[in-house]
Amino acid sequence: MAGDRFVTRGPRRSGRLLLALLPVLACALPASAAQPGRPDPLKSGIEFASADVRGMQADDFANPGMLWVARGEKLWSEPAGRSSKSCASCHDEAAKSMKGVAPRYPRIDPGAARLVNLEGRINICRSRHQEAEPLAYETEALLALTAYVAHQSRGMPVAVTVDWQNRRNFERGRDLYYQRLGQINLSCAHCHEQNWGKRLLGETISQGHGNAYPIYRLEWQATGSLHRRLRSCFFGVRAEVPAAGSEDFLDLELYLAWRARGLPMETPGVRR
Amino acid sequence: MSALAALAASSPLLWWREAAAAGDGLASIVDKITGGARVRHGRVKLNIPRLADNGHSVPLKIAVESAMTAADHVRRIIILSERNPRPVIATLYLSPKCGRPEVATRVRLNGTQRVLVIAQLADGEYWSGSAEVEVTESACLDAT
Amino acid sequence: MDARILVPRAATRGQTIEIRVAIRHPMETGFRFDAMGKPLPKNVIHTLTVRYNGAEIFRAEMGSGIAANPYLQFYTVAEASGEVICDWTDDNGNRGSERAAVSVVG
Repeated sequence: MAGDRFVTRGPRRSGRLLLALLPVLACALPASAAQPGRPDPLKSGIEFASADVRGMQADDFANPGMLWVARGEKLWSEPAGRSSKSCASCHDEAAKSMKGVAPRYPRIDPGAARLVNLEGRINICRSRHQEAEPLAYETEALLALTAYVAHQSRGMPVAVTVDWQNRRNFERGRDLYYQRLGQINLSCAHCHEQNWGKRLLGETISQGHGNAYPIYRLEWQATGSLHRRLRSCFFGVRAEVPAAGSEDFLDLELYLAWRARGLPMETPGVRR
Repeated sequence: MSALAALAASSPLLWWREAAAAGDGLASIVDKITGGARVRHGRVKLNIPRLADNGHSVPLKIAVESAMTAADHVRRIIILSERNPRPVIATLYLSPKCGRPEVATRVRLNGTQRVLVIAQLADGEYWSGSAEVEVTESACLDAT
Repeated sequence: MDARILVPRAATRGQTIEIRVAIRHPMETGFRFDAMGKPLPKNVIHTLTVRYNGAEIFRAEMGSGIAANPYLQFYTVAEASGEVICDWTDDNGNRGSERAAVSVVG
């Protein structure tokens, strides 16, 4: 349940600093859940990044995430599973068929009758059409395919819809967003809605959007998924960390996408 | 980096084994590289952020003042770190016909420190440049 | 190993051209441990050589101080049409290679 986040480990050096800040943060914010709202003006995480990181993202050759996109392009044409079909067998040229697809995720998959994100949809294709094993989160292959597909929509606005089909998911995601979590006892909103633009130790807090994922994160020294980033946030507040692909994260991903609607996709993003 | 990795990377034991030979800062390493020849300060410009986004990947551009002729060109560039467990980051060899004695790469810096770059020119002389870089911890530890 | 090399497709003789190389490689330092506490062995790309029509124009001897997914940018003078070939080897003996053609006029 949302209220049951418990401590996974004790505070380390930065955790102690954060704990020291806790009374300040706790006093500054209302005890009740904030009113649901989107930041205004809406800004992508890249706008809070340094000139070096912005330059790295803007330069397609310097952007290490493009190495994963390049791998995704190769995998797109490789046969997989017992079907010996490749993505291209059904979808032909990704630049045409995948354009506009990623911005609509997560969405309810008609066949699976549940909320799926892009990674989930790729795995549904693999099992349903290619008779191939699903790929695990953070594997090179899934990151590459997800980055390649999302990259085809770079520049297009995030465009998820919330309707009667996914309203329950949306509300659960929104409730999780505003739920205080972990030993640090902060919700997503405390940093990303109430304090975006302000400094946390040496960093500037972003609005916490997912429009650039999968991203190359300097801290990871690799490309990673949105769920990996969410896991690090949950660890950051010393909360129990849900698994990548969990329903909690899928619901939260939907809420985040709704919150980010209108922002241009940037995949592959570069972040510190 | 995982919590364990961060702890291991900062362990003084590992540093000691690798850096003990360095003695007085980078002086002995530099001596070994130049065979005792003097290193003059100048002609080597570093373009590196004053405050790194993340110590795992810090962009570094190096430009050496050289006429780029057969007699005056850059033979090799050595990038050194004051605080990394392995002081020599890389040695880059340029050809006499490289056209522009500039290189760029991304380095790992294990904490706030000075980066030293030495260039050996065609006449055998060594020139150097350096820059201080602040490297801080992430605001929120990432154990993923 | 995924890798990319960027060389201008065409140049005039005597023009200085920029070459860039990007390689997917963890450049494992040997100082990290896995989740179970086991040390991850060092494995970095230690030597990278770039040849232009067979002649070496650039060589990098790298260590763990080069960031993961190594990126290198350097220059050469365009002389004749041909190929720029980049080869590299890591501590485990894995080799990689990327090439690009350049057409030189004048």
